[in-house]
Amino acid sequence: MKLKLKIWRQENREAKGNMISYDVEGISEHMSFLEMLDLLNERLITKGERVIEFDHDCREGICGACGMMINGRAHGPLSGTTTCQLHMRSFKDGETLYIEPFRAAAFPVLRDLKIDRTAFDHVIQSGGYVSASTGQAPESNSILIPHDITEAAFDAAACIGCGACVATCKNSSAALFTSAKISHLVLLPQGKTESADRVIQMVNQMDEEGFGHCSNTDACEVECPQEISTLHIGRMNYEYNKALLLRK
Amino acid sequence: MIDAKIPAGNLADKWSNYKDRSKLINPANRKKLDIIVVGTGLAGSSCAASLAEQGYNVKTFCFQDSARRAHSVAAQGGVNAAKNYKNDGDSVYRMFYDTIKGGDFRSREANVYRLAECSMALIDQAVAQGVPFAREYAGYLSNRSFGGVQVSRTFYARGQTGQQLLIGAYQALMRQESLGKVKTYTRHEMLDLVLVDGKARGIIARNLETGEIERHAANAVVLATGGYGKVYYLSTLAMGCNTSAIWRAHKKGALMSGVSWIQFHPTCLPQIGETQSKLTLMSESLRNDGRIWVPKKACDERVPNEIPEEERDYYLERRYPTFGNLSPRDISSRAAKERIDAGCGLGPMKNAVCLDFSKALKEQGRDKIEEKYGNLFRMYEKINGIDAYKEPMLISPAAHFTMGGLWVDYELMTSIPGLFALGEANFSDHGANRLGANSLLQSCVDGYFIAPYTIPNYLSAELKAEKVTTDHPSFSESEQMIREQLDRFMNVQGQLSADHFHKTLGKLLYDKCGLSRTRESLEQAIIEIKALKKSFDHELKITGDQQVNSELEKAGRVADFLELGILMCNDALQREESCGAHFREEFQTADGEAVRNDQDFCYVSAWEWKGEDQPPELHKEPLVFETVELTVRSYK
Repeated sequence: MKLKLKIWRQENREAKGNMISYDVEGISEHMSFLEMLDLLNERLITKGERVIEFDHDCREGICGACGMMINGRAHGPLSGTTTCQLHMRSFKDGETLYIEPFRAAAFPVLRDLKIDRTAFDHVIQSGGYVSASTGQAPESNSILIPHDITEAAFDAAACIGCGACVATCKNSSAALFTSAKISHLVLLPQGKTESADRVIQMVNQMDEEGFGHCSNTDACEVECPQEISTLHIGRMNYEYNKALLLRK
Repeated sequence: MIDAKIPAGNLADKWSNYKDRSKLINPANRKKLDIIVVGTGLAGSSCAASLAEQGYNVKTFCFQDSARRAHSVAAQGGVNAAKNYKNDGDSVYRMFYDTIKGGDFRSREANVYRLAECSMALIDQAVAQGVPFAREYAGYLSNRSFGGVQVSRTFYARGQTGQQLLIGAYQALMRQESLGKVKTYTRHEMLDLVLVDGKARGIIARNLETGEIERHAANAVVLATGGYGKVYYLSTLAMGCNTSAIWRAHKKGALMSGVSWIQFHPTCLPQIGETQSKLTLMSESLRNDGRIWVPKKACDERVPNEIPEEERDYYLERRYPTFGNLSPRDISSRAAKERIDAGCGLGPMKNAVCLDFSKALKEQGRDKIEEKYGNLFRMYEKINGIDAYKEPMLISPAAHFTMGGLWVDYELMTSIPGLFALGEANFSDHGANRLGANSLLQSCVDGYFIAPYTIPNYLSAELKAEKVTTDHPSFSESEQMIREQLDRFMNVQGQLSADHFHKTLGKLLYDKCGLSRTRESLEQAIIEIKALKKSFDHELKITGDQQVNSELEKAGRVADFLELGILMCNDALQREESCGAHFREEFQTADGEAVRNDQDFCYVSAWEWKGEDQPPELHKEPLVFETVELTVRSYK
C-alpha cells in the first residue's frame, strides 16, 4: 500500500517545528506502524536526510516508550493498543496520516516525535512507592490479600507510563497516571500506611510539573493502551479529600 | 588461573559463611563512597536502591527515557521461589538441583545454591513493595508450574510479572532519588569503562539528547545492562538492547564466558516478513495448558483447524512423555526446529508450529483460560489478527536470553577489580540453559541480596585508597577515544544503514551459530562476520548530527555486536560437545539428543580480548561438583 505521511519535524527543545510531507510506497499490511517508520527512515538515509526520531523500545506494548498522535489520536485508531502494536492493516491504501508527538506543557519535545516525560518520574518520586527497604520484608503469606483486591490493584498497576492520557486530555492532565499509582498502592495493605501523605504529595507534584486539572471528560480512559479506568481518578479525589480532612 | 573465590564449607552454608565474614563499612563512611550503576532494569534498579538505602552515593545510567522502561518490563511468565506453598515436595535443594540440571551441569554449584536460597526473600521483598502477585480467593499467594520443573514454584502477576517486579524496583529507586541518595541519568549511554591502576574507577557516557560526552568517577562500577540476544536482530528483545557496556568492559580486560550460550525461546511469534523488527514472545506459561503439534505429513497445505486429530503429531508428548509440553526451552526449541526443518512447519513461511488450547478450553472453560492468559490471547490477536480461542496459535523459536556474559566470581565481580556485573549481563547462574522464571529471580537476587553484601566487601578497602577524580588522564584518554570513534562513524559516509549490517549479522548468526552449529558453519561465520565488519567500516552511512541521533546510537551498538559475533562463534567452535542451548551437530545421539562431554569440557570458558586482529585467549575455570552427580539430562 501507499500512504501520504505528514510528520512533525522539530530540531530541538527550543526550535520551532513544522509538518513535513512524505510519500511512502511499498507498505505491507503486516508491518507494524513503527516498522513502517523504519522503512521511511531507511529511505531517508539513502537520500542523505536526517531520520525521523521517535521513542520506541520493546515493541510489544509494555515498556511505554513509544507513543505518537496519529490523526489526532494518541497511539492511533485502535483502542487498548500502543503505537508499536498497531499494524498497517488498520489503515487504507492512499490514506493521509498526520503524525505528531504527544503534546503537553510538561512533555517538551526533544526532537521530532521524541518527548521528555521525566515529569512522570518526578510524580512517582513524590510518593509513588511503599517505603519498604531491602531486608525489611515479612514472610509474604503473612499479608493476606483477597484475590479480587489484588486483581483490582493490578488493574491500576498495569499502567505503562506512556503519557497517552496526558496527550489526549484537553487540559494535559496527568490525573489518570497519578491516580492509577495511588489506587494500586492504597488498595493493598502494604501501601495503606502512607496513603494520606502519598496522595497529597503526588497531587501537588502533578501541579508543580505543569500538568492541568482533570475535568472528567474520560478521554484518557478511551486512549489508555492498558484500558485503565477513570474510576481511579474518583478514588484519588476521595483519598485526597479524606487526607486533607483528616490531616493533623 | 582465574579464581571464583567460592567460600569454604558445606554447600548449604557457603553463603551464610560469606555473609558472616564479609567486611562492613561504618555508616558514617558510606557517604564518602560513590557507586555507578549502569542499567536500570531489575538488577540495576534493585542494586542501586539497596545500596542507596545503606547510605552509599549512587548514580544510575540508562539509555531509555525512564528507569521503568528497561527490558525486564517485558518478562511475562513469573519468578521462581522455593517457598513450597503447594506442599508438593519443593525445597531449596530441589530448586538448586532443577536449576543446575536445567543448565546441563555447566554452572557453579555454590552460585546456583545461593540463587535458590535467596529466592524466598525475594518474594517477601516484592510483596512488601506492593507487587500484586496472583492470589487465591482466601488471600494466599498462588503458584503455577513452569517449563521444565514438576513442582509449582512460580509466582506470577498475570502475564506481566516482569513489569510488576520492575515497577517495584523502579519505585524503590525513585524513593531513593527523592531522598537524594541516587541520581538517575536517563537518556545516557555508557560508552567506555575507565580504569585507573587496573581498577574500575568510572565511565564515559554520552548524553543522548545533547550529544555531550560526560565523565563520571566512582569507587566501583556495576554493569547491569542485560543480555545481548539482540545480536540476532530478530529476537524477543527490545530494540535498544545491546552488548556495548559489557563489550567495552571486555575490551578493557573483563573476561567473557558462555558467550555462545543463547537461549531460543520456544513460544514466540514466527517471522512473517522481511521488514519485521521483532519476534514477540508469548509467555511459556501457555505451555501449561496449550499442546504443541505439527501435521504428521510434510508440506501440509491445510490450515490447522482442517487437520484432523489423528493426523497431528504432538511431537513433545511423543518424544518426552514425562515432561511433554513442559520440556525445557532448549529441548522444546530444538524439537520445533527439527520438525520445521523436516518440512512440517505451518504458516506463510512454513516456519511455525501449533500451540493448541482446544483441549484446555473444553476442559476448563473459556473464563478460566481467559483469566490465566487473557492478555496473551489479546496480544496475539493484535499482532496477527487471529482469535486463538478459535484456532491454534502459531509459534516458533526465537533468540531470547543470553546465559553468557561477563565472567564473574562468587562476589559477582568481574576480572577487573571494582567492576561488578549483575543480572543477565553476567554469565553466572544458568549454565548452558536457563529454566523458565529463573531470570527475573536472578536479576532480583543479584541486585537486592548479593551485591549489597559483596560490593561493600570490596569497598571497605577503597576508603583508604586515593580519591580519583575525572581529571585523571585515564578519563581524558577514554574520552578522546570515544570522540574519535563517534566522528569516525559520522564521517564514513558510505551508503548502508546501521540496520542493514545488524540484519545481515543477525541472519548469519541464526543460520550458523543459532539453535544448532557445526564446525564448518562456525568457521564460515567467522570469515563472513570479518568481511561484514570491513564493509561496516567503509560503507556505513549516518545522516544528521551528533545530538539526538538514533542512527549514531545504533552504529556504536552494531560495531560491538560485530565483534561479539566473532567471539560467539569462537566460543561455540572451541566447545566440542553439545550442552544445553549449545548444540553441535557433530555431538548428538542417533535419535538426536545432545551428547555432553564431561571428560573434556566440564569448565567455564573465560575469554580474554587480545586486540582487534588477535584471536581471543581462553582461560578455563574448572567446574567442581561436590554435591550433585553429573547425569545425562533426560526429560523422557
